[in-house]
Amino acid sequence: MADQPTAFERFVQGILPENPVYRQLLGLCPTLAVTNGMKPALTMACSVAFVLLCANIVISLIRDLLKPHLRIVVFTLTIATFVTIADRFLAAYLFQMSKTLGPYIPLIIVNCLIICRCEVCASKQSVFTAAADAIGQAIGFGLALSSIAAVREILGTGMFFGMRVLPEVWPDWVIMVLPPGAFLTLGLLLGLVNWVGIIKSRRSS
Amino acid sequence: MTNFRNNNLAQAWLVLVIATVFGTALAGIQIKLNPVIEANKIRETMEKIPSLILDPSQAADIKSHDLVIQSRVIEIEKNGISKFYPVYDVHLKDGSLAGHVTKAKGQGYADKIELLIGLDAGGNAITGLFILDQKETPGLGNRILEKPWRDQFVDQPSGTTLVVVKSKTGPNNEIDGMIDGISGATISSRSVTSIVNTTIADIRPRLLPIIKKENIIRQENE
Repeated sequence: MADQPTAFERFVQGILPENPVYRQLLGLCPTLAVTNGMKPALTMACSVAFVLLCANIVISLIRDLLKPHLRIVVFTLTIATFVTIADRFLAAYLFQMSKTLGPYIPLIIVNCLIICRCEVCASKQSVFTAAADAIGQAIGFGLALSSIAAVREILGTGMFFGMRVLPEVWPDWVIMVLPPGAFLTLGLLLGLVNWVGIIKSRRSS
Repeated sequence: MTNFRNNNLAQAWLVLVIATVFGTALAGIQIKLNPVIEANKIRETMEKIPSLILDPSQAADIKSHDLVIQSRVIEIEKNGISKFYPVYDVHLKDGSLAGHVTKAKGQGYADKIELLIGLDAGGNAITGLFILDQKETPGLGNRILEKPWRDQFVDQPSGTTLVVVKSKTGPNNEIDGMIDGISGATISSRSVTSIVNTTIADIRPRLLPIIKKENIIRQENE
């Protein structure tokens, strides 16, 4: 256990060095599906943050009771419970947004980012570390979603958070808000992040 | 054998406890939030009803609480399958029937499309169309949401079957029963039009009994 990262390390790593989308390539389904605008992207990021934090805390609390061959069942049950809570809550208090996100909120259950954090961190480390890890990863996920959503919403509709930022003459690149735009944006941003990483490591060496 | 079973159960005790605890918690949340969610759905429908029945100029004056809305369900049996249409009969404050709004569902290009259709009293003409739920292609099929396109349905007589045409510019412009298809989204345009056609054909005969009753009441008053 001595070589496990500390709470602070977990927190920092989740944001950029081990960013869920750009580094671990996890949780790509919502990354591609709901990033055609900033509002749905941020709602998704908040829902994932809630589920991730709650699941990490619960799993960390019961980590000594887990049996190795039954741990995935326990992870899935815990995650599904908090996802259902998030889904019902959105339908009750953010009805229009819940209609926009449609099936993608229930699909958080199969977001491998969360089960990965349960497996890697929460089932092995203390509640405090697990919570720090969840917050770090959630911030990283939120950053990744909003970076993709910003590019897609601005180029696709000329708007940002529903407010016009590009002049009216901008010919909306409709493809950016369609599914192909998600793949294009993710691919290009992923390449950019890797390119910056390579340049950085060359300079330091 | 019993030992083995006991062993399995003993191993799974945590899973069972967690499932029970989480299940109970979710039941509690469902009991607490379900009325709010249902109210959201009803409110969305109720908010749209005035604009589907009244002219825009009228709708500005008459608030939704000035209308008396009664809901009922019309059941249609077709080819052995029962279809249910929720119908809202809208009355003005003075008691006169202003029109009917019905909720209809049908297959679109991507997923089910859910509509609200407004009809005048007796169901002789369409007074409004609103898309409640759709998952059509953004930028193409989801243009069925746009008001100019939906407004083509307004004032169409409900006796004729509506047809989607490529372009109704020219001499055809004034002909009833023509709906301009959205270029690139022919399937979405046709889906909406066919849901409207089917729904009106289904429920129109059943709207009448209420009208007759109302006429009788009026005659008695005279």
